[in-house]
Amino acid sequence: MQPAHTENITTWKRVILPDIPEFHKIDVYGANGGYKALKKALAMKPDEVIDEVKKSNLRGRGGACFPTGLKWSFMPKNSDKPKYLCVNGDESEPGTFKDRQIFEFNPHVLIEGTLIACYAMGMTAAYIYIRGEYGKWIKLLQKAIDDAYTHGFIGERILGTDFSANITIHRGAGAYICGEESSLMNSIEGDRGYPRVKPPFPAQFGLWGCPTTINNVETISNIPIIMNNGWEWYSQIGAVKHPGPLLVGVSGHVNNPGVFEMPTGEPLLEIIHKWAGGVPGKKEIKAVIPGGSSTMILRGDQLEGIRMDVDSLKAAGSSVGTAGIIVMDSDTDLIQVIRRIAEFYYHESCGQCTPCREGTGWMFKILKRFEHHEAQREDIDLLMDIANNIEGNTICALGDAAAWPVQSMIRRFRDEFEKRVQPSYHHAGT
Amino acid sequence: MLSESNLNKVEELKKRYPTSQALVLPVLWMIQEQEGYISEESMKYAGTLLNIPYGHILGVVTFYTMLQKKAVGKNHIEVCTNVSCMLRGSGKILEHIEKRLGIKAGETSQDKKWTLVEVECLGSCGTAPMLAIGDEYYENLTVEKIDKLLDRLS
Repeated sequence: MQPAHTENITTWKRVILPDIPEFHKIDVYGANGGYKALKKALAMKPDEVIDEVKKSNLRGRGGACFPTGLKWSFMPKNSDKPKYLCVNGDESEPGTFKDRQIFEFNPHVLIEGTLIACYAMGMTAAYIYIRGEYGKWIKLLQKAIDDAYTHGFIGERILGTDFSANITIHRGAGAYICGEESSLMNSIEGDRGYPRVKPPFPAQFGLWGCPTTINNVETISNIPIIMNNGWEWYSQIGAVKHPGPLLVGVSGHVNNPGVFEMPTGEPLLEIIHKWAGGVPGKKEIKAVIPGGSSTMILRGDQLEGIRMDVDSLKAAGSSVGTAGIIVMDSDTDLIQVIRRIAEFYYHESCGQCTPCREGTGWMFKILKRFEHHEAQREDIDLLMDIANNIEGNTICALGDAAAWPVQSMIRRFRDEFEKRVQPSYHHAGT
Repeated sequence: MLSESNLNKVEELKKRYPTSQALVLPVLWMIQEQEGYISEESMKYAGTLLNIPYGHILGVVTFYTMLQKKAVGKNHIEVCTNVSCMLRGSGKILEHIEKRLGIKAGETSQDKKWTLVEVECLGSCGTAPMLAIGDEYYENLTVEKIDKLLDRLS
C-alpha cells in the first residue's frame, strides 16, 4: 500500500511521509538529508535541544495534544537512576492508522527522532512499544533499526561522540489499554497492562520506578523536522497554537479514504470533500467523529468553519484526538455505530475501576436494546446517567473515552434514540 | 522448549532490560510462534526460564487478547468489525465467511483448519473492510476477494 497521494489540494510539501520512492531505505533517507538532524543535535547542549522543541510549540500527536517540549522539561536533570524513553506505537484507537504509515514509509525519521529525544533528556535506552497485530510493521521497523546500528547511528558512542543509546522494539499483545502511558509501562515491565494511579507522574516514577517520558510515534517523528528546519519555521506551519504537519486519517463513507499529511488547521469539510474525495453518491454527511472513536461526535450540519486543530475542535465541542476522522453518510444507523463503539470500550476496559468495568457493560447492553427497538424512553436518561458517572471517576482516561461518545451521541442525536424507543402502551391508546 | 535460536534471542534481550520479568511478553510471543498457542506447561516453562512465579505468567497470558490459551485452527481469520470497517460493510464480509466455512465467529472448524473471530480495530481503517490471518492483512475486501482467498487457503 502506498501512502495516500493527493494533488493540487494544498501547496504543502510532505515532510513526515515525503513523496520520495524507497524512502524507508537508509541510503535513500541518508541521501535526502537523513540523520543530519541527529548530527546537529549532538553538536548542541541537551537543554538547547529541549528549548528548540519547546519553542516549536509541537504538541503530542497521540491524542492529548500536550506540549512536547514542556513534557521533556519535566524530566529531572540530575538523576542517580537511569532515565527511559517509551515511544508509543500501540495505535489502537478505532479510526486511527497513521503510525503504521511511519513504520512502513519513513522508519528512519522515527529512529532519528528517538535518538535526539534520548540525547536531549539524557537517556541511553528507548523502547518502541508497538501493538501486537502490527507484526508486519514490527519487522519493517526492526530492519530499519538493524541498518541504523550497522551505520553507527544507534549503539555505542554514536557518530564518535560520548552519546550511546539502544533502541528496542517491545511487541504488545492485543490490549487497547496498553496505549495508555502507565499501562504501557506496566506492559513493558512484563505485567498485566493495568493503568497506574497518577501522581506520581512518569517523569518522577516511570519504568522500573525511574524517570520516564512517553511520546507518540508521530510526535517523535516531528523532532528531526524541527531540528533540520528550526523552531521558527516549524511554529509557523498551520494553526498558531498547534502547529506543524499532521497525519490525518479519513475513513468511513468517503471516496478516497487514507492518511493525508497536511498542516494543522485545515478545514474539516475541505479534508472530507477535497482530500478524501467526498461522500459516495454525493450523499449528505450525517455525522463525523473527528479524532478517533473516543472523541465527541459532531453533527453533519455543524461542520462549517471547524478546523483540524486543538482550539477549533474544542470550541466545536469535540477534540482533535489522534486526527482519525470517521465520516458517516445520511443513511447511517447511528444507534448501531454507538452500540459498536460502546461494545469496543466494554471489551477493552481492563476491569480495574468499577465505574468503567461495570458501566461500559451496562451501556453496551442498553444500546443493544435501542438497536433492537426494545428500549424504553427512560433508557435514554439512564444511559446518560451511567456515562456521567463513569466520566472522571476512573484511574485512566479509558473511562472518559467510553463516556464521551455516548454523551455526545445523546446530546447531538437524541432524536435517533427516541425513534428507537418502544411505543408505550399509553401512547398506543390501550 | 524454546529453540536454541530463540534461547539465544532471550540472552540478547536480557541485556536490553534491567529485569527478567520484562521478558515475559517477548518469551510468550516466542512460545506462541513456535507452538501455535500457550499451554499450561509452556507457562510453567516460561516461569522457570525467567524465574517468575507461574501465577504471574498466567495473569499476563489471560490479560492479552492475542495470546492464545488453546490451539487455534490452521488459518486464524480475524475480521475487524469496528466502526470504520462496519461502515464499509464488514457485516456482509463476516456473514459470507461464516457461510462459506460453515462456522460462526468465535468457532473453530472440526477439521481444525479454520478459526474465525471478530476483532477490534486493527488500524486498517483507510483500507476497510479488512481481515488478518496471522501477520498478514487483507484489505479493501469484497466477497469476490474473500472467495479467492478462501479457495487459495482451502
